This record gives sequence, C-alpha cells and structure tokens, in this order.
Amino acid sequence: MAITLTEPAAERVRTFLENRGKGVGLRLGVKTMGCSGMSYVLEFVDDVNPEDEVFEDKGVKVIVDKKSLVYIDGTELDYTREGLNEGFKFNNPKEKAACGCGESFTV
Amino acid sequence: MALLQIAEPGQSTTPHQHRLAVGIDLGTTNSLVATVRSGEVTTLADANGKHLLPSVVHYGEDGVQVGEEALKYSVSDPYNTIVSVKRYMGRGHADVQGDDAHHSYHFADTDSTVPRFKTRRGEVSAIEVSAEILKVLKQRAEESLGGELVGAVITVPAYFDDAQRQATKDAARLAGLEVLRLLNEPTAAAVAYGLDTGNEGVIAVYDLGGGTFDISILRLNKGVFEVLATGGNSSLGGDDFDYAISQWIIEQAGESYRETPESKRLIMQQAKAAKEQLAEAQSVDITIDSGDFHWQGTLDRDTMEELIRPLVQKTLMSCRRALRDAGVDNEDISEVVMVGGSTRTLLVREMVAGFFDCELLTGIDPDKVVATGAALQADVLAGNKPDDEMLLLDVIPLSLGIETMGGLVEKIIHRNTAIPVSRAQDFTTYKDGQTAMAIHVLQGERELVSDCRSLARFELRGIPPQVAGAARIRVTFQVDADGLLIVSAREENSGVEASVDVKPSYGLSDSEVETMLRDSIEHAEEDMHLRMLREQQVEADRVIEALDSALAVDGDELLSEKEKTAIAAAREELLQARDGNDTNVIEEKIKQLEAVCEDYVARRMNSNIKSAMQGHSIEEYASDSEAGDS
Repeated sequence: MAITLTEPAAERVRTFLENRGKGVGLRLGVKTMGCSGMSYVLEFVDDVNPEDEVFEDKGVKVIVDKKSLVYIDGTELDYTREGLNEGFKFNNPKEKAACGCGESFTV
Repeated sequence: MALLQIAEPGQSTTPHQHRLAVGIDLGTTNSLVATVRSGEVTTLADANGKHLLPSVVHYGEDGVQVGEEALKYSVSDPYNTIVSVKRYMGRGHADVQGDDAHHSYHFADTDSTVPRFKTRRGEVSAIEVSAEILKVLKQRAEESLGGELVGAVITVPAYFDDAQRQATKDAARLAGLEVLRLLNEPTAAAVAYGLDTGNEGVIAVYDLGGGTFDISILRLNKGVFEVLATGGNSSLGGDDFDYAISQWIIEQAGESYRETPESKRLIMQQAKAAKEQLAEAQSVDITIDSGDFHWQGTLDRDTMEELIRPLVQKTLMSCRRALRDAGVDNEDISEVVMVGGSTRTLLVREMVAGFFDCELLTGIDPDKVVATGAALQADVLAGNKPDDEMLLLDVIPLSLGIETMGGLVEKIIHRNTAIPVSRAQDFTTYKDGQTAMAIHVLQGERELVSDCRSLARFELRGIPPQVAGAARIRVTFQVDADGLLIVSAREENSGVEASVDVKPSYGLSDSEVETMLRDSIEHAEEDMHLRMLREQQVEADRVIEALDSALAVDGDELLSEKEKTAIAAAREELLQARDGNDTNVIEEKIKQLEAVCEDYVARRMNSNIKSAMQGHSIEEYASDSEAGDS
C-alpha cells in the first residue's frame, strides 16, 4: 500500500512548497484528539525523522511516521473546493466513522 | 468532511477550534485589543483590569518590559525606553534626524534605510519595538479567549503609505500575528458607531490621537461605507499639546531650567497631566522636581487654550483640504465622529463643532472606538459572520501610474479612489517596428519618475512591428479589496499580453529592500545605457527587416549585382554591430546602410508609382485633382 495524491492535490502541494521556499515535502499523519477519536495532520516537512516512511507521488514527497501509517495507509489526498472554501481532503479507505464536522474520525 | 490546510511543522490545529480573531488599535501613545464575544464587542483587559496598553517598550537589564511597566522607566532610563514608536514606522534614517526636539534617543549610525534605536539590549528597529507591543496584546487576547488567534485586524492611519503599512505588517509577523487586514482607523471608528445601519449621508471622522491626526470624509450609502477622502498630519497630536505646554513651563522657569533627558521627560509628563486635569478644572498647579531643577507654577485653562489653539487650527486646515478632496461642503456633513484621547480636550470639541457646525459623536470612549470597529471587522473576516454582513470600501492612499516617454508619470488611478477598482488606459508605440514595450509601475504624486516610488517593471513583448502609433496597447490597473495591484498590458491588434502582480515590497526583508534600493542607484547609469542600446537594436532590426522584405519583392529587378553586393555588405556590418553593445556603432551602421540604399529606395518609389498608374491616363489624374479642388 502507499499514500497517493490526486493531480490537483499534487499541484497545490508543489505550488505551496515553492511559495514557502523551503521544505522537503508533505507530512500526513494522525493525532489522537477530537470528538471522534483521531484527527488528521497535514504539515510541511523540513526534517525527515528516522521513524518516517517516505513515499513519492507525482513529484511530491509524502512523509508519514510509521505509527500514523497504520491508520491512513491507502489514503488518497485530494484537493477540492466547497463554496468559497477550498482545501485538502483525506480519502481514507480505513476510515469507518467521522464526526459530524469531519475534523476527526475512527478506524 | 472538513477541508484541511497544510500547517507549518508542529502547528496543526485541533478540531473544532473556534475562529478567534481580534481587532488591534496599534496607537502612537496607547494600544488596545478588542474582540467580539457572544455578539458583543469588548476590549480586553490585562491581569490588573487595565484596557489601554501604553505603547512604550523598555529594554532593561533583565528583559524587555512593555506598557505601564516600561512607562516607569521613561524618566529614569530614557535612552532604553522607546515611546511613540509609531512615529518611526516605515520611515528612513534621514527622516528622523530632525525629530530630536521631541525625542531623545540614540540612533545607531548605519547605512540602513531603517532607523535603529541603540539600547542596552542591542540595536532595535521600529518594527521590532512595535512587535513587542503586539506580542503583549496577542498574549493577552489568547489568555482571555482560551485559544490561539486565527488573526487580527490592525488599524493604521489612513494616509500611511505602503512602506508604513508594510512595516506594520512586518511587526505583526514578528509578533506571530496573522494580519487579516489592515484597516484605516477612521473607517474602523465609523464601523464602531454602527453608522452602516444608519441613515445615508456624509460624515467626518476627526481622529486626534497622541501622535497622529487623521480626518476622513465617508459617505454612507445603503449600509456601505465609501471613503471619499482622507487627509491629516502624521506628526500632530496630543503629544504636541504636551510639548507646547512643556515649552511654556521651560519659558516660565527661565534661567533656572537645567536641560537633561530626565528633566525633559518629567516636564512632558507634568504637562500631559496638567492638560488632562484642565478638561475638568479651571486651573492646575504644576510642580517639577528633577535633580537640580525645581519649578512650581499654575496653569489656567485660558492660557493652555492659547498654547494649543494654533495646533487645533492646523487640524482644521487639514479638514478643509479633505472636504475639498471629497468635493463636499461643510454643510453636507451630517455627523462628526470624534476619535482619540485628545478629543477630550474641550477646546478641540468646541473648535471642531464650530467648524463643521453640527453634532459631534462622542458616545463611545474615544480611546476605544477604533479597536471596537477593528474587532467587528475581524469577526467578519475570520468567517464568524456571513460575508455580506459588512462591506468596507477603502481608498488608495497614493496615485498609481506608469512611466511614459521623457521620464514622466502618467497617473492611471488617482489617490483617494475607492478600492476595489479597475482602470484602463490606451498607449501606443513610439517607434516604427517597435516590438516590445517596457512598463514601469509607479506610486506617488509627483510628475517625474525619479520622484515617485517604483513598484514594478515588466515588458510586453511580441508586438507585431508596425509604424509608430499604430499599435494599441491597453494597460489595465486592477486593485483588489486587500490593496493588491495587478497591472496587465495587452496589444489589442495582435492579442499579445503580459501582466505583473505588484506587492509593494511585500515579503522582502529589510536587507533585501536595502539591496534593491542600492542596486537601483548603483546601476542607474548602466540601466540607462542598456535602455538606449535596446532601443537602437530594435531600430536596427526594423531597418533590416524592411530592407529584406523590399529585396525579396524587387531586389533583382531594380539592382545591379554590384549594388546588391554593396547593400549586402552594409547590411552585414549592421547585423554585426547590432549584436555588439555599442549604441553609437549601431546608430552609425544604420545611417550607412540607409545611405547605400538611397538610390534603391528612390527607384522603388518610381516603380511603385509607375505600376500604380499603369492603364490609367494622365487626364484621369488631372480631372481628379480638379474635382478635388472645386
């Protein structure tokens, strides 16, 4: 399994990294908090840690720590627009339930 | 599911985080932070219940103090205690040299464009000092609201130029604050009074703070504010009242006065206290006791009013100018919003009411009114309210234009134009065969490019070669609600276009800006020569192209082999010169080629006329010309 990006998501990430002027890639992960157990983490990466797995898709390095990978392996990261709001979306096959707001989930 | 944004490493937000936003009035004398809670605006107090944070920073032995703590040192440790730092925001080193009458700081001798204060904790810039103030306000807000701020609306005087606005943004960035928007102070004040829900009409906002004076003329129309005009004086305020009174004290003290930084500060403090008491009392006793200088006296209200009257008069002159800019008369003004602590001074209220001849709005504490409006706007911008709730129109503080021939500035959007705005103007080529046009975007009120501020340069290339004046180049200036300028140029006949986003020095560090400035000066002459060379190369290309197309048509027919060889040689010489970098040589070779071709050009002319007249009789032409004459 691996982590993949849709073309729109990859394009946004490349642009964001370029604008930021530094950083090796994008970190995907989970945090144990939120109303439904866990919440997603989406961050720029300046330093890759020894416990990280590094994937590459469409020219973007995706960095996931091994603990998080268990929960999000197989995820496709998408970039979409909803009204005036736009942002990234985790399409996680392991996700069983999300809270109403979608900010946290359980596997 | 909710859409996520990428966070900085380690900065991911927790789910369900409230969109906490504040309004900050970053004042010359005092600063204030306010927010909207349960639909109501409140200014946030510190642990001691104080709302106003004196805009004072002290660089002490054991750390940096801000506010009341720092104010304590303003007399005993003046060089390390920075007051009224807003006066120095975005100003150059040279700008502050004349200000020593008011302030007694040590400035570092640097070739930096930004003045740096020498303190015991090292040299600091005005941006860093302001950031200290903002940090305290940010921390206060986060403690009060129990969460991280998504951002802040920070108010600035309406006439702050881009450098000053940028300096304010930089200070916020240093303090770790996201700036949702910089809002003009008078606009914020009008929002605070909820004038957007009131009647239609024209109002004035009279803002006399500690260090700045601002007058704005706003039109309310269907709940929308439009800023018609702004004016003011960035170096006039309550501090100057204090200064005038302190000068009176020094004059009264006569020869017994001993000037030291401490005595100057102490007298200023006493003068300020006296002014505040005279809002209630008829007269006040003043006692100065500083080292070997002692003085005691009485100041009555009439005397004080005579001291400050010329200063108030100055503000009214700015009001008159703003009215003229707005194209309205005194009687068109329905209400005047009074802002800033100095509007508590009775003489100010009297003279302003007399000038506008109408009711003054003084219901909201004049110290808090700006922060209140900023908080309301921040709440909207943070997304806690429907977007259509409040629409604010701002104005462009300085005219925007482009460079035209002769180093002149053609203004495309004039100052005080409401944004968002889009304006276009048509330009054309200057030379035959010109295929590129340099577009130089400028900001300022002066007529000469050299006196304005350069914002950006770009080139429109690929214009089809035409005779001078045939190309139609439409240059469009577009300014969005955040003040971001986009300049685009389009050649209408061919459709080629180019554009540039102008973020005036946004995202540049001080040193980068410095380097840019230095470069522009160092390379000025080089640039000029390059420009001349480029123009001459364009001209050479045009000549060669015209020649080649002519030779293709009738070269063999009209020229002998010998002539053809001579022309080819001259053409080759020009081609070589064109790729060199000597402007004069190119010019010379163009002239030579033209001289060699003189006969050929004459023959072409004759042959063209002959072929045009073939099959027609001379009589036809004669009768035509007769018909034309009659």
